[in-house]
Amino acid sequence: MPGDHSSKQYDMDLEAIRSKVLLMGGMVESQFNDAISCFRTGNITQAEQVIKGDENVNKLEVSLDDTCSHLIVKRQPAANDLRTVMATLKVITDLERIGDEATKIARTAKNLHERGTVGVLNHYESVRVLAASASESLHDALDAFARLDGKQAARIISHDDVIDHEFRAITRTMVTFMMEDPRTISAALDTLWVAKAIERIGDHAKNIAEYVIYVVEGKDIRHTDYVYTKLDTSV
Amino acid sequence: MMTSTTAPLAQPTRLAAPTLEISGLNFYYGSFQGLKNVNLNIYEKKVTAFIGPSGCGKSTLLRTLNRMYDLYPGQRAEGRIIYNGRNILDPGQDVNMLRAKVGMVFQKPTPFPMSVYENIAFGVRLYENLSRGEMDERVEWALKKAALWGEVKDKLNKSGLSLSGGQQQRLCIARGVAVKPDVLLLDEPTSALDPISTVKIEELIHELKQDYTIAIVTHNMQQAARCSDFTAYMYLGELVEFGETDQIFMNPAKKETQDYITGRFG
Repeated sequence: MPGDHSSKQYDMDLEAIRSKVLLMGGMVESQFNDAISCFRTGNITQAEQVIKGDENVNKLEVSLDDTCSHLIVKRQPAANDLRTVMATLKVITDLERIGDEATKIARTAKNLHERGTVGVLNHYESVRVLAASASESLHDALDAFARLDGKQAARIISHDDVIDHEFRAITRTMVTFMMEDPRTISAALDTLWVAKAIERIGDHAKNIAEYVIYVVEGKDIRHTDYVYTKLDTSV
Repeated sequence: MMTSTTAPLAQPTRLAAPTLEISGLNFYYGSFQGLKNVNLNIYEKKVTAFIGPSGCGKSTLLRTLNRMYDLYPGQRAEGRIIYNGRNILDPGQDVNMLRAKVGMVFQKPTPFPMSVYENIAFGVRLYENLSRGEMDERVEWALKKAALWGEVKDKLNKSGLSLSGGQQQRLCIARGVAVKPDVLLLDEPTSALDPISTVKIEELIHELKQDYTIAIVTHNMQQAARCSDFTAYMYLGELVEFGETDQIFMNPAKKETQDYITGRFG
């Protein structure tokens, strides 16, 4: 870990940004978990809380962007500090999108249960494994960002393939249901939107992991197969 | 195993040969060693910036490149600085010719107490025999090169000291280019100037590097990041790291370099 700056105020400014990002991360993690929960249980109140809660996520995004801008103009960060600020700005965007996806899940849960199309198919069971995978990825990505752990970040990036694979399986299952019984179409589509939102959350977690590698190694590995090369050469 | 003074630069492609090759350079102020085994290249028509805390040896290094230290007894340099196939530290080197080819601009603008015209003409006359018309052309050319012609063309007879700080500094740059150098050494050229003059000089450096090799010492890290192609970080007389400026400021190889440029001086 790098040492302290000669300017204590600079250190405090950076720490304030770090704390807020972790707060935002925790917030969207809760939003996601609560959204999945109300998809399972049909708790409309919880769904509405998630939808309303997205406002706080958005406020944090705006506030953090502003704080980062002020740091850039005051401190003109270089090297690892600059990469940290640039990565933070991008992580904030991905976190806000995760918040949006969680809200979509909550809305879909609300619609599904209000329409009374529950029980037509095992909507929750269909996405349970995918949701657990994405939730773990998100948690691990935020942890890797907090600790600047490049190795953990690499594992998260390679794990995204598993999430994508699971999503494609769900798609095939839902299509099968819809072909066999048109009465399932409404619920199957809802389940598909939820699965898609979860898969997107997995993508955002992967993005966060890529930014961790950028901060730690100074390499921008987006749109490359960096991780596969790394894994091939490791024993 | 690399010592900290060996420049760990992966050889960049598409570079011309170095104009100045410094190897094994040691410098002494009496018994105090100001430079320790410095090795690096100054590449042709590129800007090389030297950064580091006060006393790190960056100005000392600059002054070896045109043997300025010769003016002071007790100061001596050992090692090799190859320019045009010769080691300029050799006793046989013609230092006056060297200083025409490797010109210097100082932190405090130092125009001669003469007219603007004479400031430029004085140096040219030492090396060339030009007619009045040819000298007029050379003075105009040099002042245009230094982005000063428009401001002084109607007052060439006025004293150089009557110009503003920023103009005086550009006059010194014009004086340097008038004798057709290969290299310009700029020792904190904008430290004494206001922000607007500073920007003008930085823009000028960007144009001048099309024709000249430039080495600049600066305390202003953002200036080094803006203006230079290569950056050398020095500390306590040693070259700690040398590389392309983008890489030094985005992802330096050495922790010491990163600590300095991010303000971790502890």
